[in-house]
Amino acid sequence: MARRVVITGMGIWSCLGTNLETVCESLYKGKSGIIYDPVRKEMGFRSALTAKVEMPNLKGLVPRNQRVYMAEEAQYAYMSTLEALKNAKLDQDYLDNNVVGLLFGNDSTADAVVKSVDKMREYKDTAMCGSGAIFQSMNSTVTMNLACLFKLRGINLTVSGACASGSHAIGLGSILIRDGFEDMIVCGGAQEVNPFSIGSFDGISAFSTREDAPEKASRPFDRDRDGLVPGGGAATVILEEYEHAVKRGAPILAEICGYGFSGNGDHISTPNVAGPSRSLQLALEHAGMGIKDIGYINAHATSTHVGDTQEAKAIYGIFGDSGVPVTSTKGQTGHEMWMAGASEIVYSMLMMKNNFIAGNLNFENPDEDSAKLNIVAKTTEAHFDTFLSNSFGFGGTNSTLIVKNL
Amino acid sequence: MTKEEIIEKVNSVLAEEFEVEESVITPDAVIKNALELDSLSLVDLVALIDQEFGVKISNAELPTIKTFADLYTYIESHQA
Repeated sequence: MARRVVITGMGIWSCLGTNLETVCESLYKGKSGIIYDPVRKEMGFRSALTAKVEMPNLKGLVPRNQRVYMAEEAQYAYMSTLEALKNAKLDQDYLDNNVVGLLFGNDSTADAVVKSVDKMREYKDTAMCGSGAIFQSMNSTVTMNLACLFKLRGINLTVSGACASGSHAIGLGSILIRDGFEDMIVCGGAQEVNPFSIGSFDGISAFSTREDAPEKASRPFDRDRDGLVPGGGAATVILEEYEHAVKRGAPILAEICGYGFSGNGDHISTPNVAGPSRSLQLALEHAGMGIKDIGYINAHATSTHVGDTQEAKAIYGIFGDSGVPVTSTKGQTGHEMWMAGASEIVYSMLMMKNNFIAGNLNFENPDEDSAKLNIVAKTTEAHFDTFLSNSFGFGGTNSTLIVKNL
Repeated sequence: MTKEEIIEKVNSVLAEEFEVEESVITPDAVIKNALELDSLSLVDLVALIDQEFGVKISNAELPTIKTFADLYTYIESHQA
Protein backbone atom coordinates (compact mmCIF):
# COMPACT_ATOMS: atom_id res chain seq x y z
CA MET A 1 0.00 0.00 0.00
CA ALA A 2 1.59 3.28 -1.11
CA ARG A 3 2.35 5.79 1.60
CA ARG A 4 0.64 9.15 1.25
CA VAL A 5 2.14 12.51 2.14
CA VAL A 6 0.03 15.17 3.79
CA ILE A 7 0.47 18.72 5.05
CA THR A 8 -0.29 19.00 8.76
CA GLY A 9 0.96 22.49 9.53
CA MET A 10 2.05 25.76 7.92
CA GLY A 11 3.75 28.95 8.97
CA ILE A 12 4.74 32.15 7.22
CA TRP A 13 6.88 35.28 7.72
CA SER A 14 6.26 37.43 4.69
CA CYS A 15 5.86 40.99 3.45
CA LEU A 16 2.12 40.24 3.46
CA GLY A 17 2.15 39.42 7.16
CA THR A 18 3.92 37.51 9.88
CA ASN A 19 1.22 34.91 10.47
CA LEU A 20 -1.23 32.93 8.35
CA GLU A 21 -4.29 34.98 9.29
CA THR A 22 -2.77 38.32 8.34
CA VAL A 23 -1.32 36.92 5.14
CA CYS A 24 -4.69 35.46 4.17
CA GLU A 25 -6.32 38.83 4.63
CA SER A 26 -3.57 40.55 2.63
CA LEU A 27 -3.99 38.07 -0.21
CA TYR A 28 -7.74 38.55 -0.24
CA LYS A 29 -7.50 42.34 -0.20
CA GLY A 30 -4.85 42.52 -2.90
CA LYS A 31 -2.36 44.17 -0.57
CA SER A 32 1.14 44.85 -1.91
CA GLY A 33 4.26 44.41 0.20
CA ILE A 34 6.50 46.41 -2.15
CA ILE A 35 8.24 49.67 -1.19
CA TYR A 36 10.88 52.05 -2.45
CA ASP A 37 14.07 51.81 -0.37
CA PRO A 38 16.18 54.98 -0.75
CA VAL A 39 19.25 53.28 0.78
CA ARG A 40 19.53 51.17 -2.35
CA LYS A 41 19.70 54.27 -4.50
CA GLU A 42 22.62 55.54 -2.41
CA MET A 43 24.30 52.18 -2.90
CA GLY A 44 24.09 52.49 -6.67
CA PHE A 45 21.11 50.25 -7.42
CA ARG A 46 19.32 50.65 -10.72
CA SER A 47 16.07 49.81 -8.91
CA ALA A 48 15.40 50.67 -5.28
CA LEU A 49 12.26 48.55 -5.16
CA THR A 50 11.97 45.70 -2.65
CA ALA A 51 9.45 43.89 -0.51
CA LYS A 52 9.38 45.15 3.05
CA VAL A 53 9.78 42.33 5.54
CA GLU A 54 9.64 42.90 9.28
CA MET A 55 12.70 41.81 11.26
CA PRO A 56 11.64 39.44 14.02
CA ASN A 57 12.85 39.99 17.58
CA LEU A 58 14.21 36.70 18.84
CA LYS A 59 15.28 38.04 22.23
CA GLY A 60 13.45 36.02 24.81
CA LEU A 61 12.85 33.25 22.28
CA VAL A 62 16.42 32.22 21.53
CA PRO A 63 19.35 32.71 23.95
CA ARG A 64 22.08 35.11 22.84
CA ASN A 65 24.68 32.36 22.33
CA GLN A 66 22.42 30.64 19.81
CA ARG A 67 21.09 33.80 18.25
CA VAL A 68 24.58 34.83 17.11
CA TYR A 69 24.54 31.95 14.60
CA MET A 70 21.37 33.25 12.96
CA ALA A 71 21.42 35.78 10.15
CA GLU A 72 18.23 37.24 8.77
CA GLU A 73 17.03 34.23 6.79
CA ALA A 74 17.44 31.84 9.73
CA GLN A 75 15.47 34.22 11.94
CA TYR A 76 12.60 34.37 9.47
CA ALA A 77 12.67 30.57 9.16
CA TYR A 78 12.62 30.20 12.93
CA MET A 79 9.47 32.29 13.19
CA SER A 80 7.63 30.57 10.34
CA THR A 81 8.59 27.18 11.79
CA LEU A 82 7.35 28.15 15.25
CA GLU A 83 3.95 28.90 13.72
CA ALA A 84 3.92 25.73 11.62
CA LEU A 85 4.83 23.46 14.54
CA LYS A 86 2.15 25.06 16.70
CA ASN A 87 -0.46 24.64 13.99
CA ALA A 88 0.60 21.02 13.49
CA LYS A 89 0.17 20.43 17.24
CA LEU A 90 3.84 19.53 17.65
CA ASP A 91 5.53 20.60 20.86
CA GLN A 92 9.19 20.30 21.84
CA ASP A 93 8.37 17.20 23.85
CA TYR A 94 7.20 15.49 20.66
CA LEU A 95 10.32 16.57 18.75
CA ASP A 96 12.52 15.29 21.59
CA ASN A 97 10.91 11.87 21.44
CA ASN A 98 10.39 11.37 17.71
CA VAL A 99 12.71 11.59 14.74
CA VAL A 100 11.63 14.50 12.54
CA GLY A 101 13.51 15.64 9.46
CA LEU A 102 14.33 19.08 8.08
CA LEU A 103 14.63 20.17 4.44
CA PHE A 104 14.71 23.89 3.79
CA GLY A 105 15.39 25.83 0.62
CA ASN A 106 18.05 28.54 0.79
CA ASP A 107 20.58 29.69 -1.77
CA SER A 108 22.46 32.66 -0.30
CA THR A 109 23.90 34.21 2.84
CA ALA A 110 25.31 37.38 1.35
CA ASP A 111 24.88 39.77 4.27
CA ALA A 112 26.74 37.49 6.69
CA VAL A 113 29.62 37.03 4.27
CA VAL A 114 29.88 40.76 3.61
CA LYS A 115 29.97 41.52 7.35
CA SER A 116 32.74 38.93 7.96
CA VAL A 117 34.85 40.16 5.06
CA ASP A 118 34.44 43.76 6.20
CA LYS A 119 35.76 42.78 9.65
CA MET A 120 38.70 40.92 8.13
CA ARG A 121 39.59 43.88 5.95
CA GLU A 122 39.23 46.38 8.77
CA TYR A 123 41.12 44.50 11.48
CA LYS A 124 43.36 42.07 9.53
CA ASP A 125 42.35 39.61 12.26
CA THR A 126 39.87 36.84 11.53
CA ALA A 127 38.86 36.52 15.19
CA MET A 128 37.07 39.84 14.77
CA CYS A 129 34.46 38.12 12.60
CA GLY A 130 32.92 36.78 15.77
CA SER A 131 31.77 33.31 16.76
CA GLY A 132 28.59 33.39 14.71
CA ALA A 133 30.05 34.38 11.37
CA ILE A 134 30.94 31.00 9.88
CA PHE A 135 27.56 29.53 10.82
CA GLN A 136 25.73 32.51 9.35
CA SER A 137 27.79 32.43 6.19
CA MET A 138 27.12 28.92 4.99
CA ASN A 139 24.22 28.15 2.66
CA SER A 140 23.02 25.55 5.13
CA THR A 141 22.70 28.17 7.87
CA VAL A 142 18.93 27.84 8.01
CA THR A 143 18.83 24.08 8.48
CA MET A 144 21.87 24.19 10.76
CA ASN A 145 20.14 26.54 13.10
CA LEU A 146 16.64 25.09 12.98
CA ALA A 147 17.92 21.55 13.52
CA CYS A 148 19.77 22.62 16.65
CA LEU A 149 17.09 24.94 18.01
CA PHE A 150 14.26 22.42 17.56
CA LYS A 151 16.49 19.39 18.20
CA LEU A 152 15.51 17.71 14.94
CA ARG A 153 17.21 14.39 14.34
CA GLY A 154 16.06 13.25 10.90
CA ILE A 155 17.33 14.38 7.51
CA ASN A 156 19.16 17.69 7.97
CA LEU A 157 19.76 19.36 4.64
CA THR A 158 19.48 22.62 2.74
CA VAL A 159 18.16 22.47 -0.79
CA SER A 160 19.74 24.99 -3.14
CA GLY A 161 17.99 25.31 -6.46
CA ALA A 162 17.82 29.03 -7.00
CA CYS A 163 14.23 30.26 -7.20
CA ALA A 164 12.95 26.69 -7.10
CA SER A 165 14.67 25.89 -3.78
CA GLY A 166 11.58 26.02 -1.57
CA SER A 167 9.53 23.94 -3.98
CA HIS A 168 12.22 21.29 -4.40
CA ALA A 169 12.55 21.09 -0.59
CA ILE A 170 8.88 20.15 -0.32
CA GLY A 171 9.04 17.82 -3.31
CA LEU A 172 12.09 15.97 -2.06
CA GLY A 173 10.55 15.82 1.40
CA SER A 174 7.48 14.15 -0.08
CA ILE A 175 9.67 11.52 -1.78
CA LEU A 176 11.51 10.70 1.46
CA ILE A 177 8.25 10.24 3.33
CA ARG A 178 6.54 8.32 0.53
CA ASP A 179 9.50 5.94 0.32
CA GLY A 180 9.55 5.30 4.06
CA PHE A 181 12.70 7.19 5.06
CA GLU A 182 10.87 9.61 7.33
CA ASP A 183 7.43 9.94 8.86
CA MET A 184 7.60 13.69 9.23
CA ILE A 185 9.73 16.45 7.72
CA VAL A 186 9.77 20.17 8.41
CA CYS A 187 10.06 21.69 4.93
CA GLY A 188 10.23 25.25 3.74
CA GLY A 189 12.13 28.06 2.12
CA ALA A 190 13.91 31.17 3.39
CA GLN A 191 15.25 34.31 1.72
CA GLU A 192 17.34 37.22 2.98
CA VAL A 193 16.04 40.65 1.93
CA ASN A 194 19.09 42.91 2.41
CA PRO A 195 20.62 44.93 -0.44
CA PHE A 196 23.88 42.93 -0.53
CA SER A 197 22.04 39.75 -1.35
CA ILE A 198 20.64 41.05 -4.64
CA GLY A 199 22.92 43.92 -5.64
CA SER A 200 24.47 41.89 -8.42
CA PHE A 201 21.02 40.73 -9.51
CA ASP A 202 20.02 44.37 -9.85
CA GLY A 203 23.23 44.81 -11.80
CA ILE A 204 22.00 42.68 -14.69
CA SER A 205 18.96 44.96 -15.05
CA ALA A 206 16.53 42.28 -13.96
CA PHE A 207 14.45 44.47 -11.70
CA SER A 208 11.48 46.71 -12.45
CA THR A 209 12.31 50.42 -12.40
CA ARG A 210 8.72 51.53 -11.86
CA GLU A 211 9.95 53.47 -8.82
CA ASP A 212 7.25 56.14 -9.00
CA ALA A 213 4.63 53.48 -8.19
CA PRO A 214 6.24 50.67 -6.15
CA GLU A 215 2.99 48.77 -5.59
CA LYS A 216 2.40 48.64 -9.33
CA ALA A 217 5.87 47.48 -10.25
CA SER A 218 5.47 43.72 -9.89
CA ARG A 219 2.98 42.84 -12.61
CA PRO A 220 3.27 39.19 -13.67
CA PHE A 221 1.82 38.40 -17.09
CA ASP A 222 0.91 42.04 -17.70
CA ARG A 223 1.82 43.48 -21.09
CA ASP A 224 3.69 46.40 -19.47
CA ARG A 225 5.80 44.45 -17.00
CA ASP A 226 9.42 45.60 -16.87
CA GLY A 227 11.16 43.26 -14.45
CA LEU A 228 10.88 41.61 -11.09
CA VAL A 229 10.92 43.04 -7.58
CA PRO A 230 13.00 41.15 -4.99
CA GLY A 231 11.32 39.96 -1.79
CA GLY A 232 11.82 37.41 0.95
CA GLY A 233 11.11 36.08 4.42
CA ALA A 234 10.35 32.43 5.17
CA ALA A 235 7.64 29.81 4.92
CA THR A 236 7.34 26.41 6.60
CA VAL A 237 5.24 23.43 5.59
CA ILE A 238 5.10 20.34 7.81
CA LEU A 239 4.90 17.16 5.73
CA GLU A 240 3.77 13.94 7.35
CA GLU A 241 2.91 10.40 6.37
CA TYR A 242 -0.87 10.11 6.22
CA GLU A 243 -1.45 7.17 8.61
CA HIS A 244 1.05 8.66 11.02
CA ALA A 245 -0.90 11.92 10.99
CA VAL A 246 -4.20 10.14 11.54
CA LYS A 247 -2.77 8.17 14.46
CA ARG A 248 -1.35 11.35 15.99
CA GLY A 249 -4.65 13.16 15.66
CA ALA A 250 -2.91 15.81 13.58
CA PRO A 251 -4.81 18.39 11.57
CA ILE A 252 -4.70 17.03 8.01
CA LEU A 253 -4.89 19.93 5.59
CA ALA A 254 -3.98 18.62 2.16
CA GLU A 255 -2.02 15.99 0.28
CA ILE A 256 1.10 16.37 -1.84
CA CYS A 257 -0.05 14.37 -4.85
CA GLY A 258 2.59 15.19 -7.40
CA TYR A 259 6.14 16.45 -7.69
CA GLY A 260 7.54 17.08 -11.12
CA PHE A 261 10.94 18.49 -11.88
CA SER A 262 13.34 19.04 -14.73
CA GLY A 263 16.36 20.93 -15.93
CA ASN A 264 16.29 23.09 -19.06
CA GLY A 265 19.81 22.16 -20.19
CA ASP A 266 19.86 25.57 -21.82
CA HIS A 267 20.67 29.19 -20.92
CA ILE A 268 21.65 30.09 -17.37
CA SER A 269 19.03 32.81 -16.95
CA THR A 270 16.63 32.62 -19.90
CA PRO A 271 14.13 29.80 -19.53
CA ASN A 272 12.94 27.71 -22.45
CA VAL A 273 9.48 26.16 -22.78
CA ALA A 274 10.41 22.49 -22.99
CA GLY A 275 11.96 22.28 -19.52
CA PRO A 276 9.09 23.84 -17.55
CA SER A 277 6.61 21.89 -19.70
CA ARG A 278 8.27 18.64 -18.69
CA SER A 279 8.15 19.66 -15.03
CA LEU A 280 4.40 20.29 -15.28
CA GLN A 281 3.85 17.10 -17.27
CA LEU A 282 5.78 14.95 -14.81
CA ALA A 283 3.89 16.42 -11.87
CA LEU A 284 0.57 15.52 -13.50
CA GLU A 285 1.83 12.00 -14.30
CA HIS A 286 3.18 11.55 -10.80
CA ALA A 287 -0.17 12.63 -9.38
CA GLY A 288 -2.05 10.40 -11.80
CA MET A 289 -4.04 13.46 -12.82
CA GLY A 290 -5.19 15.12 -16.01
CA ILE A 291 -5.54 18.80 -16.76
CA LYS A 292 -9.21 18.75 -15.76
CA ASP A 293 -8.24 17.78 -12.21
CA ILE A 294 -6.39 21.04 -11.56
CA GLY A 295 -8.60 23.78 -10.12
CA TYR A 296 -6.01 26.55 -9.89
CA ILE A 297 -2.47 27.20 -11.08
CA ASN A 298 -0.13 29.31 -8.97
CA ALA A 299 2.37 30.34 -11.60
CA HIS A 300 6.03 31.11 -11.05
CA ALA A 301 5.71 34.27 -13.21
CA THR A 302 8.03 36.88 -11.74
CA SER A 303 7.09 39.90 -13.89
CA THR A 304 9.97 39.52 -16.33
CA HIS A 305 9.31 39.70 -20.03
CA VAL A 306 10.87 36.47 -21.09
CA GLY A 307 10.13 34.42 -17.97
CA ASP A 308 6.40 35.07 -17.90
CA THR A 309 6.15 34.52 -21.66
CA GLN A 310 7.85 31.14 -21.55
CA GLU A 311 5.75 29.97 -18.65
CA ALA A 312 2.53 31.15 -20.30
CA LYS A 313 3.51 29.10 -23.36
CA ALA A 314 4.31 26.07 -21.20
CA ILE A 315 1.01 26.28 -19.33
CA TYR A 316 -0.99 26.81 -22.50
CA GLY A 317 0.85 23.98 -24.22
CA ILE A 318 -0.42 21.57 -21.58
CA PHE A 319 -3.68 23.06 -20.37
CA GLY A 320 -4.80 24.55 -23.67
CA ASP A 321 -8.17 26.27 -23.56
CA SER A 322 -9.29 24.41 -20.43
CA GLY A 323 -9.76 27.75 -18.70
CA VAL A 324 -8.04 26.74 -15.48
CA PRO A 325 -7.61 29.90 -13.38
CA VAL A 326 -4.03 31.12 -13.23
CA THR A 327 -2.40 33.79 -11.10
CA SER A 328 1.02 34.69 -9.82
CA THR A 329 1.03 35.90 -6.23
CA LYS A 330 4.33 37.64 -6.98
CA GLY A 331 2.28 40.69 -8.03
CA GLN A 332 1.70 41.24 -4.31
CA THR A 333 4.88 39.80 -2.78
CA GLY A 334 7.55 40.40 -5.34
CA HIS A 335 9.86 37.48 -6.10
CA GLU A 336 10.58 35.67 -2.86
CA MET A 337 13.27 33.59 -4.58
CA TRP A 338 14.57 30.77 -2.37
CA MET A 339 11.45 31.12 -0.20
CA ALA A 340 8.95 31.34 -3.06
CA GLY A 341 8.41 27.66 -3.74
CA ALA A 342 7.36 27.12 -0.15
CA SER A 343 5.55 30.41 0.45
CA GLU A 344 3.47 29.97 -2.69
CA ILE A 345 2.28 26.61 -1.42
CA VAL A 346 1.19 28.46 1.74
CA TYR A 347 -0.54 31.24 -0.23
CA SER A 348 -2.31 28.69 -2.46
CA MET A 349 -3.33 26.65 0.59
CA LEU A 350 -4.80 29.74 2.24
CA MET A 351 -6.84 30.44 -0.89
CA MET A 352 -7.97 26.84 -1.18
CA LYS A 353 -9.02 26.61 2.44
CA ASN A 354 -10.78 29.97 2.33
CA ASN A 355 -12.51 29.61 -1.01
CA PHE A 356 -11.01 32.48 -2.95
CA ILE A 357 -8.45 33.19 -5.62
CA ALA A 358 -6.44 36.34 -4.95
CA GLY A 359 -6.36 38.50 -8.05
CA ASN A 360 -3.09 38.61 -9.98
CA LEU A 361 -2.14 42.09 -8.84
CA ASN A 362 -1.42 44.65 -11.57
CA PHE A 363 -2.67 42.40 -14.37
CA GLU A 364 -4.27 45.19 -16.40
CA ASN A 365 -3.53 44.23 -19.99
CA PRO A 366 -2.57 40.78 -21.27
CA ASP A 367 0.14 40.22 -23.81
CA GLU A 368 -0.08 37.80 -26.72
CA ASP A 369 0.74 34.77 -24.58
CA SER A 370 -0.95 35.61 -21.30
CA ALA A 371 -4.12 36.45 -23.22
CA LYS A 372 -4.52 32.74 -23.91
CA LEU A 373 -4.65 31.92 -20.20
CA ASN A 374 -7.50 32.49 -17.78
CA ILE A 375 -5.63 34.94 -15.54
CA VAL A 376 -7.76 36.08 -12.63
CA ALA A 377 -7.23 39.81 -12.33
CA LYS A 378 -9.40 40.59 -9.32
CA THR A 379 -9.97 38.59 -6.16
CA THR A 380 -12.77 36.11 -6.77
CA GLU A 381 -14.72 33.85 -4.46
CA ALA A 382 -13.89 30.43 -5.85
CA HIS A 383 -13.74 26.88 -4.65
CA PHE A 384 -11.03 24.56 -5.86
CA ASP A 385 -9.76 21.28 -4.43
CA THR A 386 -6.50 20.82 -6.28
CA PHE A 387 -3.81 23.30 -7.24
CA LEU A 388 -0.57 23.19 -9.15
CA SER A 389 2.36 25.40 -8.19
CA ASN A 390 5.38 26.17 -10.39
CA SER A 391 8.81 27.38 -9.36
CA PHE A 392 11.59 27.89 -11.87
CA GLY A 393 15.13 29.04 -11.22
CA PHE A 394 18.37 30.22 -12.73
CA GLY A 395 20.35 27.45 -14.30
CA GLY A 396 17.09 26.09 -15.65
CA THR A 397 15.93 24.25 -12.55
CA ASN A 398 12.20 23.56 -12.56
CA SER A 399 9.87 22.26 -9.88
CA THR A 400 6.12 21.66 -9.93
CA LEU A 401 3.98 20.54 -7.01
CA ILE A 402 0.38 19.36 -7.10
CA VAL A 403 -1.60 19.62 -3.86
CA LYS A 404 -5.07 18.24 -3.14
CA ASN A 405 -7.49 19.44 -0.49
CA LEU A 406 -8.38 16.99 2.27
CA MET B 1 42.25 54.86 30.66
CA THR B 2 42.18 54.70 34.46
CA LYS B 3 41.33 51.44 36.21
CA GLU B 4 37.95 52.83 37.16
CA GLU B 5 37.20 53.84 33.57
CA ILE B 6 38.20 50.38 32.38
CA ILE B 7 35.93 48.69 34.94
CA GLU B 8 32.98 50.87 34.02
CA LYS B 9 33.37 50.35 30.27
CA VAL B 10 34.06 46.61 30.53
CA ASN B 11 30.97 46.07 32.64
CA SER B 12 28.79 48.12 30.33
CA VAL B 13 29.88 46.57 27.01
CA LEU B 14 29.88 43.01 28.33
CA ALA B 15 26.44 43.39 29.91
CA GLU B 16 25.07 44.68 26.63
CA GLU B 17 26.75 42.15 24.34
CA PHE B 18 26.03 39.10 26.45
CA GLU B 19 22.62 40.32 27.61
CA VAL B 20 23.17 40.07 31.35
CA GLU B 21 22.48 42.50 34.19
CA GLU B 22 25.53 44.56 35.18
CA SER B 23 24.91 43.37 38.73
CA VAL B 24 26.23 39.89 37.89
CA ILE B 25 29.55 41.41 36.85
CA THR B 26 31.57 41.58 40.08
CA PRO B 27 35.37 41.47 40.40
CA ASP B 28 35.48 37.95 41.82
CA ALA B 29 32.79 36.49 39.56
CA VAL B 30 34.03 33.88 37.07
CA ILE B 31 33.57 35.36 33.58
CA LYS B 32 32.50 32.14 31.86
CA ASN B 33 29.73 31.54 34.38
CA ALA B 34 28.49 35.09 34.76
CA LEU B 35 28.25 35.65 31.01
CA GLU B 36 27.24 32.05 30.21
CA LEU B 37 30.09 31.68 27.76
CA ASP B 38 30.97 28.53 25.87
CA SER B 39 34.11 27.96 23.81
CA LEU B 40 32.59 29.76 20.82
CA SER B 41 31.32 32.81 22.66
CA LEU B 42 34.75 33.25 24.25
CA VAL B 43 35.81 34.29 20.73
CA ASP B 44 33.24 37.09 20.93
CA LEU B 45 34.61 38.22 24.29
CA VAL B 46 38.12 38.51 22.86
CA ALA B 47 36.85 40.33 19.76
CA LEU B 48 34.85 42.77 21.85
CA ILE B 49 37.76 43.61 24.14
CA ASP B 50 39.97 44.12 21.10
CA GLN B 51 37.39 46.35 19.45
CA GLU B 52 36.64 48.45 22.54
CA PHE B 53 40.08 48.69 24.14
CA GLY B 54 42.54 47.82 21.37
CA VAL B 55 43.80 44.99 23.55
CA LYS B 56 44.04 41.54 21.96
CA ILE B 57 44.01 38.62 24.42
CA SER B 58 46.08 35.81 22.94
CA ASN B 59 44.86 32.20 22.96
CA ALA B 60 47.78 31.34 25.23
CA GLU B 61 46.88 33.93 27.83
CA LEU B 62 43.10 33.56 27.72
CA PRO B 63 42.98 30.62 30.20
CA THR B 64 44.72 32.81 32.80
CA ILE B 65 41.86 35.34 32.76
CA LYS B 66 39.24 33.71 34.94
CA THR B 67 37.55 36.52 36.85
CA PHE B 68 36.51 40.03 35.86
CA ALA B 69 39.29 41.31 38.15
CA ASP B 70 41.76 39.34 36.00
CA LEU B 71 40.28 40.97 32.92
CA TYR B 72 40.43 44.54 34.26
CA THR B 73 44.07 43.99 35.24
CA TYR B 74 44.95 42.48 31.87
CA ILE B 75 43.42 45.38 29.96
CA GLU B 76 45.09 47.94 32.20
CA SER B 77 48.52 46.38 31.78
CA HIS B 78 48.20 45.87 28.02
CA GLN B 79 46.92 49.29 27.06
CA ALA B 80 48.91 50.91 24.29
